[in-house]
Amino acid sequence: MALWFNKESRSGLKLVSAPFGFSLLLLAVPLSLMVLLSFWTQDYLTLDRTLTLNNYREIGSHPVYALLMKRSVIISLMVTTITVALAFPMAYYISFYGGKRKALWLFLITIPFWTSYLLRIFMWKIILGYNGVLNSTLQGLSFIDEPLTFILYNSNAVVIALAHAWAPFAILPIFVALEKIDRSLLEAAHDLGDGPVRRFFRITLPLAAPGIIASALIIFIPTVGDYITPKMVGGTDGLMIANMIQVQFSKANNAPLGAALAVTSMVMVGLIALGFVFLNRRWLRRQA
Amino acid sequence: MRGAPRTFTIFVGLYLVFLYAPVLLLPIFAFNDSAIIAFPLRGFTLDWFIGLASETTLIVSVQNSLLVAIVAAVLSTCLGVLASRASARFDYPGKKPIMSFLMLPLVLPEIIVGVSLLIVLVQLGVSLNVWTVILGHVLICMPFSIAILLSAFNNMDRNLEEASLDLGANRRETFFKIILPLVMPGIISSLLISFTISLDEFIIAFFLTGTDTTLPVYIWSQLRFPSKLPGVMALGFIMLILSLILLTAGEYFRKKSARLASTETTLNKDADHG
Repeated sequence: MALWFNKESRSGLKLVSAPFGFSLLLLAVPLSLMVLLSFWTQDYLTLDRTLTLNNYREIGSHPVYALLMKRSVIISLMVTTITVALAFPMAYYISFYGGKRKALWLFLITIPFWTSYLLRIFMWKIILGYNGVLNSTLQGLSFIDEPLTFILYNSNAVVIALAHAWAPFAILPIFVALEKIDRSLLEAAHDLGDGPVRRFFRITLPLAAPGIIASALIIFIPTVGDYITPKMVGGTDGLMIANMIQVQFSKANNAPLGAALAVTSMVMVGLIALGFVFLNRRWLRRQA
Repeated sequence: MRGAPRTFTIFVGLYLVFLYAPVLLLPIFAFNDSAIIAFPLRGFTLDWFIGLASETTLIVSVQNSLLVAIVAAVLSTCLGVLASRASARFDYPGKKPIMSFLMLPLVLPEIIVGVSLLIVLVQLGVSLNVWTVILGHVLICMPFSIAILLSAFNNMDRNLEEASLDLGANRRETFFKIILPLVMPGIISSLLISFTISLDEFIIAFFLTGTDTTLPVYIWSQLRFPSKLPGVMALGFIMLILSLILLTAGEYFRKKSARLASTETTLNKDADHG
């Protein structure tokens, strides 16, 4: 074995073997076992180890699973779009108008996120509730007569809370991408007769695309599997796939079905993320 | 630089209100003399903070969380140092796939990581406790450690390492006396980031914790009881203040490392001129 690799390769492999072994043992093995488990079935208390597609058939035949998956993806896509759309102007403001205080601005953006994630989500329940902060404020100002009810215990609440929780994960990558833009390109576009709007769409936006794509992926992938937010502010209409997975592993005591749901959602998220990256590549090539 | 258009500034102001709304309400209700979380406010009190001190389950869960976060941060940073050093310094077969594999938890929903680990541990008959949580947390912290440490190792001047070897230090001495001090700011920020991620992680802890509660699991259990809410607000406010102190310390180290790097480049430039 040692003869196959030169000294440099051996040193590198020796160093990387510990982290690689750790991940192999605690990531690759568990994920493979999860896939295997999804082909087994739970028979009350005993685990039937014959390989079948029954769990996947079950997922296909009960519309509730498809509904939860579809809802999870739609909520995540909405969260991603809204978060990126709101974060972009913020990042743009810091990058172009932040002057010497950019670091301070970034610090200011991250402060609200330095307390418990659970509490940050929970606070939205207090803000959006029937007698919540928002409703009592709006009623106090006589903007509304009746408390707004469409903002808590449904998917809107999930979207609002997640768009808040993931904001820094969009602002920071987009800010970095905007900072990298060579300002002389913008001046050149201006000198060559582009108006501010044209200049924005022809120079700024395409050059910021890598940051936008990165933040979209960073937000989309974990939010599809979010468990806390739908459970806390989603009511029954806002429940997502992770809640169902958790139920299968606890109350329903059907780990194989839970594993099959986890595998299905993982594949789905993977495909969407790949599609996203692919579209982005094509778009960038067309630009070039 | 011209100022921003008025509408733009208004947008930024509103967005900041949105970002700060939840966190500003924390101290308001934490100091409010009422068991009900609603306006109008009643008056000022410190009872909720004082009450926290007598919550034994809270104290136990804080101890558990600190143990988990410290061990997870140290382990993830150690593994991160090995992986980053290997990739920054050496070429070895399969480098790209191995490194992407190590970064994989970054793009996996945490529930998947938690569930798959749970399956293995249950199949092996391992009892769930803080140590099983630590395993899960090391896994999700490692990509962050690697990302930070890789840039630290890549920014390090290779010549310094070679100079040390040329001047007679052996590999061991070179690593501990030259390389490690140079990447120390990276190590510290990796420790801080991993510590913070682990301290706030709920899903994996929820799945793998058994009867040992961590702080987020404790908070989750308290949120069901309306009477516990003001205490939880006080707890959240304390966490915010402690995080800010930690963050400022981290920023201090980052700035210090930036200064070190800049003196280093000036030294190099001087050497070039000389």
